[in-house]
Amino acid sequence: MTRERRTALLATLTGLAAALIAFDLLVWGYGESPRAMVALLLEGTWGTAYGAGQVLFKATPLLFTGVAVDLGLRAGLFNIGAEGQLAMASLLAATLGARLPPGTPALLGVPLVLSTAMAAGAAWAAVPALLRTRFGAHEVISTIMMNKIAEAFVGAAFVYGFAQAGTMRTPDVVAGARVPRLEVLFGALRGSAASFALVLAVACAIVFGWAMRRTRAGREIGLLGMNPTACRAEHVPVGRRLAQALVVSGAVAGLAAAGTVLGYKGYYEAGLGAGAGFGGIAVALLGRGSAVGLVLAALFFGTLAQGGLAINAHVPMEVMDVLQGVVIVAVALADARVRAALAGLVPKGRPA
Amino acid sequence: MSALTAIVSMTMLAQTLRMSVPYTCAALGGVWSERSGVINIALEGMLLSAGLASVVVHVATGSPWLGVAGGAAAGALLGLVHASCVRGRVDAIISGLAVNLAAAGGTRFLLRALYDSASNSPPIEGFRLSVGGGASGARLLVRTLVDPLTLLALAAVLGTAWLMYRTRFGLRVRASGEDPEAAASVGVPVERIRLGAVGLGGAICGLGGAALAFDQHQFQSGMSGGRGFIALAAVVLSGWRPGRAALACVLFAALDSLQIVLQQETRLPHDLVGALPYAATLLALVVMGRRVQKAGLGARPPAGLGKHA
Repeated sequence: MTRERRTALLATLTGLAAALIAFDLLVWGYGESPRAMVALLLEGTWGTAYGAGQVLFKATPLLFTGVAVDLGLRAGLFNIGAEGQLAMASLLAATLGARLPPGTPALLGVPLVLSTAMAAGAAWAAVPALLRTRFGAHEVISTIMMNKIAEAFVGAAFVYGFAQAGTMRTPDVVAGARVPRLEVLFGALRGSAASFALVLAVACAIVFGWAMRRTRAGREIGLLGMNPTACRAEHVPVGRRLAQALVVSGAVAGLAAAGTVLGYKGYYEAGLGAGAGFGGIAVALLGRGSAVGLVLAALFFGTLAQGGLAINAHVPMEVMDVLQGVVIVAVALADARVRAALAGLVPKGRPA
Repeated sequence: MSALTAIVSMTMLAQTLRMSVPYTCAALGGVWSERSGVINIALEGMLLSAGLASVVVHVATGSPWLGVAGGAAAGALLGLVHASCVRGRVDAIISGLAVNLAAAGGTRFLLRALYDSASNSPPIEGFRLSVGGGASGARLLVRTLVDPLTLLALAAVLGTAWLMYRTRFGLRVRASGEDPEAAASVGVPVERIRLGAVGLGGAICGLGGAALAFDQHQFQSGMSGGRGFIALAAVVLSGWRPGRAALACVLFAALDSLQIVLQQETRLPHDLVGALPYAATLLALVVMGRRVQKAGLGARPPAGLGKHA
């Protein structure tokens, strides 16, 4: 095991330990038994085939957005706009999916709606990309603003003709544009909403992990994240690579609609998939730039999301959102400490 | 009433002033933090947490003043947490994101834990002001002008400008933000100065959170609504200067109240009109980028922003 790997592993374990401690404290503060709640959480997630299926279902959009945010991070970009990119992708994919002729074959329908979702996510990310490369506007502020504008746009779209009459949701997507549930292949998962979108998400994680190492664009994006000045000196097209990273990131975030709209509800309503964009940040920061890491991180946060529902009758499930923040800080802090200790760069007066 | 008379009115002026308070307080928090060299995107989470804290303390003690103090304390606490993480070499944006995520979840958790509601707190009275009831524009304006939180925000603007440019502490904050290594080499305790500046900024930002909650007479889940980020854009727009940041905030507040008037008085699509402040923020970033590219008209960020001693 390389030193780099060991550092990453140690930081990740610290993050998980911090999450457990924070969970125990919050549950205890709420007046419930931490041990009983952990037991309940495990039982409601990995304890049954249905629970496990639900974890996979919750992990699916998180894996897409996690891969998306990770892609940006490699270029040194914080794409915290996955939330809005996903909302726009969901709206447009669901709308197109509902307008297709009823007999559309799945071989045509599914790729069509998925590429629509990618295009919509990419287009929504293209605005911050342009603002960043042309005007130097920091993507953290602009992507958040794009989230808010997407929210407004979706609201207006539902009022002006995108919604089924009398409802606040899009019409049902035709059968040929839906992503089938995993239960058609694995009978044990019956009833859970896990779909083949999960397979697509895992494939995305693997393909992008490979592309980052093996393609020119991927390599340059990765180098850009480490040292933009050196890249500029080496005539790497910095602006173009930054924009590409953010736009592709938006496209992948948009694909998360496969797990929510196409694999689960079969239509889009405001709030469907909400939180996946921010959850993706936690997944990316815990997954630390490896396909395996991202999948495991998505499963971890998927477990928390489903586990939150399992304990909701006793402790508010919002406790899990707090844990996202705790994990992020703990991992980053542990990582910095371990690195400093290894490099002998521990600040004065502070023991390693 | 036509849309135009609604826009050019005392009510609109009062609205703008009222809405500029949370923006201004958050922007001052950003100025303190970033002038000391600590990137701060945690303003959003600070506003939100302070809003809830002010309501909780107000409900528990019955005193609006203690409520405001509670909001400021919550803001300061989050500021210290953020600054400590950055001091521990956590990327400031990651730390800020974590604060925001934890604040969004934590406030909803506490709402359910304390008040058994997923969306809002019980109503609070806030400050009782004896300028008479009624909704006439002039009265509304007077009431806004004598509102303790408006006055506190004004004091915070003047106080920040004075502290930042006229005192030893302010000089040290600016030195830490411009060149932490040089500052450290002449004996400025950079890390401690940064903790102080981010903590103080957090407290001021916390006043904004309290103003947000007091204005609605309750806390609502997610009520900061991106204001922390808009305030950060105002900081960038101002060139990291407190007075101009406050002016930029009044501008954003004017758009906010314009948006409300347009929703009430015209038949434009509500949701899209509601996105006006966000679109304006994007535009502000573009304008700013242009200016920096052309002449760098005093719009330079602190040179040591994000650097360590």
